[in-house]
Amino acid sequence: MALTEERPEILELESGDTSASTGAFARPTNATGWRAWVFTVDHKKIGIMYGVVAMFWFLWGGVEALLIRAQLFTPNGTVLTAEQYNQIFTMHGTTMVFLVIMPLAAAFANYIVPLQIGARDVAFPRMNALGLWVFVFGGIFLNLSWFLGGGPDGGWFAYAPNTGVTFSPGAGMDFYALGLQIAGIASLVGAINLIVTIINMRAPGMTMLRMPVFTWMILVVQFLLLFALPVITVALILLSFDRTFDANFFNVSMGADPLLWQHLFWIFGHPEVYILILPSFGIVSETLPVFSRKPLFGYSVIVISGAAIGFMGWGVWAHHMFVSGLGPVGVAAFSATTMFIAVPTGVKILNWIATMWGGNLKFTVPMMFSVSLVSMFTIGGLSGVMHSVAPADTQQTDTYFIVAHFHYVLFGGALMGLFAGMYYWWPKAFGYKLGESLGKWHFWLLLAGFNMTFGPMHILGLQGMARRHSRYGPEDGFDFWNAVVSIGAFIILIGMIVFAVNIVRSWLGYKAGTVPQEPADPWDGRTLEWAIPSPTPEHNFDYVPVVTDVDDFWHKKYQPDANGKLRKIADGNAIAQKGDQHPHLPSPSYWPIVLAAALPLIALGLIYNLWITGIGLVLLLGAMYGWSLEPATDPDAGHDGHGDDHGDDHGPDNHDPDGSNEAESVTAEEAPVD
Amino acid sequence: MTDVAESSTSELAYGRTEWDDYHHLPTNTGLTNEKITMWSFLGSDCLLFGSLISTYLLLRNRVGPATSGPTAADLFDIPFTSVSSFVLLMSSLTMVLAVTSIQRAEMERCKLWLLTTAALGAIFIAGQVYEFTSFYREGLGFTTNISSSAFYTLTGFHGVHVSLGIVMLVTMWALVSGGQLGPERAETIEIIGLYWHFVDIVWIVIFAVVYLIP
Amino acid sequence: METVAASEEEAHEEHHDHGLSDVGYIKIALILGVLTAVEVATYFWDFGILEVPSLLILMVVKFQIVVSYFMHLKFDSKVFTYVFVTGLILACAVFAAMGTSMVFWQNPSGCDLSAFC
Ligand code: HEM
Ligand SMILES: [Cu+2]
Repeated sequence: MALTEERPEILELESGDTSASTGAFARPTNATGWRAWVFTVDHKKIGIMYGVVAMFWFLWGGVEALLIRAQLFTPNGTVLTAEQYNQIFTMHGTTMVFLVIMPLAAAFANYIVPLQIGARDVAFPRMNALGLWVFVFGGIFLNLSWFLGGGPDGGWFAYAPNTGVTFSPGAGMDFYALGLQIAGIASLVGAINLIVTIINMRAPGMTMLRMPVFTWMILVVQFLLLFALPVITVALILLSFDRTFDANFFNVSMGADPLLWQHLFWIFGHPEVYILILPSFGIVSETLPVFSRKPLFGYSVIVISGAAIGFMGWGVWAHHMFVSGLGPVGVAAFSATTMFIAVPTGVKILNWIATMWGGNLKFTVPMMFSVSLVSMFTIGGLSGVMHSVAPADTQQTDTYFIVAHFHYVLFGGALMGLFAGMYYWWPKAFGYKLGESLGKWHFWLLLAGFNMTFGPMHILGLQGMARRHSRYGPEDGFDFWNAVVSIGAFIILIGMIVFAVNIVRSWLGYKAGTVPQEPADPWDGRTLEWAIPSPTPEHNFDYVPVVTDVDDFWHKKYQPDANGKLRKIADGNAIAQKGDQHPHLPSPSYWPIVLAAALPLIALGLIYNLWITGIGLVLLLGAMYGWSLEPATDPDAGHDGHGDDHGDDHGPDNHDPDGSNEAESVTAEEAPVD
Repeated sequence: MTDVAESSTSELAYGRTEWDDYHHLPTNTGLTNEKITMWSFLGSDCLLFGSLISTYLLLRNRVGPATSGPTAADLFDIPFTSVSSFVLLMSSLTMVLAVTSIQRAEMERCKLWLLTTAALGAIFIAGQVYEFTSFYREGLGFTTNISSSAFYTLTGFHGVHVSLGIVMLVTMWALVSGGQLGPERAETIEIIGLYWHFVDIVWIVIFAVVYLIP
Repeated sequence: METVAASEEEAHEEHHDHGLSDVGYIKIALILGVLTAVEVATYFWDFGILEVPSLLILMVVKFQIVVSYFMHLKFDSKVFTYVFVTGLILACAVFAAMGTSMVFWQNPSGCDLSAFC
């Protein structure tokens, strides 16, 4: 690396003093108040906003879930009509998958990944903001349907032709198709951004195989998004064309094959389930070693099995279609691949158990959530293997047994991991820990409620209770377990209320000084994010960290002595950076949110009136040009004269007329190349 | 756990190296972020067109019950499409020449090649518009049957990609003309070139698989 | 075309970053033009059983040439090859499987090609 020996002049940047520049309008300047959030390009603020918005949708998705459970509490429930029930369960699934778990994972990815790799921000900060706002508007757009004639009602997988105009005449499915399209754009933008960040912006010495496992899993997930999203994009486009422009893709009376939609959806859909779970796998791969006070067992095995899951996840999609008339060859083939994919998943579980084995376990709240991921996900994984046996699945499919399976993997797996991450990284983001005893209440209520809700669904499913039916009769014999399930759901609600109380109380306590300010390294952590103060300073790192090992920070604290016994040689809080530098940062911008606002307009116009689409397009074009004319960093904000508008380039300037660039090749040799 | 050596902390603390100017940090791979972005996007686009092309192939002969008119393949005018395919192919050459000229700092020549590329792209689009209208006159509307929906969607998507490329090329031409984009940013042109070539290879596939293979 | 490529490559060993000379690119374009002409010829003359395979091979060769030379992939960093080729291979594999499944496997008594071909 071409790093200077003497300290370069550190440039003061109070974001307040940025002023008008090349862009069409003045740049946003306020470093405080709502503007500091809405126009920010800081990956940490963006991460927090992803989290806040996702938790809002979690609340709403939870209300939908409780409505479902209220309806099914007793036989012949009367809370919802059949039509309303269809809309509620469709939007429950869609919300939880696309507006809760994916953005929560994005929250952690945005906040933590740059810190774990020792970077100051992501590769393209404005694109990062764009991703956030597109997601926000996509979610709002999707839910506008409630006020404009009713929500989508075709299930979260929206099987065509059932979702065509013939069977779903309201506008709900249009909102679904276009809303997911918008959310997909957000994910794609975010995915590319994070891929480039992780490939290109690691601290010196951090080779790919020294990267923290969380960052690794996020990388795998972003590749899955990169390649899976275009497939659902096409499927949704075909559906929209059918609905809006009378195309015939799924028009059975013209000879369409309904399996086309199912194939396209599940080619996306199965990689999608790994998109949902792998971030949580990454989170517990961070927390388990920290709270077991042992290195992760089989680091490279965990990494490789994560990547293997990413690849194999592409070859199993038709296990969702075993009873669709796939034909015996297809069923046999996909049954076999599905059984195989359980292998790398099982490998991970064994590695986590081996990590804890013989460790000095500390049952903090994040640790409890992590352990519950390992155990609850295992149950869900096992019922998954049961589905992979096609003849058995013929009995199970479309029953509550499936509902039990995917809630064990998604709630017991993905969500538990995300909660572990919240408790674990909360002090890093906000400077204080969430209360321990309320946290334990939260955990136990959630765990109990969760098992009470989804455990009995196994039984109901095997008894033959079909999913997606708004009623069952008293003669079916389903009433007892359904009542148990519904009570469980309300226990989950209580658990979540405790969580909310915990957040508020800890925050108020922190303000009042009764909840202590946490130091840089409150958990005796292993990775780079703990080497900087809590809460994270705006510029992350004062100096580029230089990495020599996996779990580098840990090795800076503990070294074997002459007898090979591990000794503490330094205190994490003492060696952490001080956060007292003021380096130059990317400037805030109006354009991401403006550009994002154009998308729901375009989509609304496609449903109601093409003029609105026109307005949206004009806004889109204007925002794009405004964006590209505005340099990523405000040249007036005090800089060294490199104020040329070179986009969001945070890489080296490849400003060489003939491309033969001596300096670059030196860089490439000395920087870690993988 | 004895003896937390305070004295050694400064040695061990992170930060032996300074942040250089953030915007000009060397990257791990030595490659620019923008170029990795474009290649990742193109990898992603492979699956977009993969979905569209396979959808077309699966649906191309589905015309439904008696009433539903010709398939797109019944109406293909191969000589005409061959010419427009050739035009698009040659636009890849002019694109590459635009890149090499800006790398040599020959700005006038670069402008010329950029415009030529955009013009060849426009000719291709004009050909597509002509093709669509003549198909429409012969009774093949977007909603006529499954086959026609699939055909127009696939080729239309490709057309949108080409049109976006034209917009980018013209923008680049304007920037070069206005002096905002000099040889030091040759890579920007190269990256847009990557997009343009990709659109071309997609057409190579479409031309063979959709048009020529009977 | 291999020979053109090979000689050009040698000429540019030093700065292999940037591929061919202008003349080299023009030669590549000529080759592409000829290959296209051969493709189109299958429309005018009957190649019999060879028609489909030869068209597919020509397509792949053209694709390969444009990607390697015009897009520089041959001379550029392997990182680009990895991200792009991963997408390409995934697309081919997944959609080949989907197509096979929808055309051949759905009907156990054999291929109901009549519906598709
Ligand atoms: C051990 C690995 C797994 C195996 C073998 C497996 C297998 C299966 C199978 C065969 C089905 C189809 C059942 C049917 O519809 O008849 C299914 C459904 C499902 N799985 Fe898994 N699965 C696994 C892990 C996961 C994970 C990690 C997730 C998500 C985080 C997940 C989420 C889902 C969902 C959401 C469905 C239901 C989709 C729907 O019909 O709405 N699975 N799984
Ligand atoms: Cu699956």
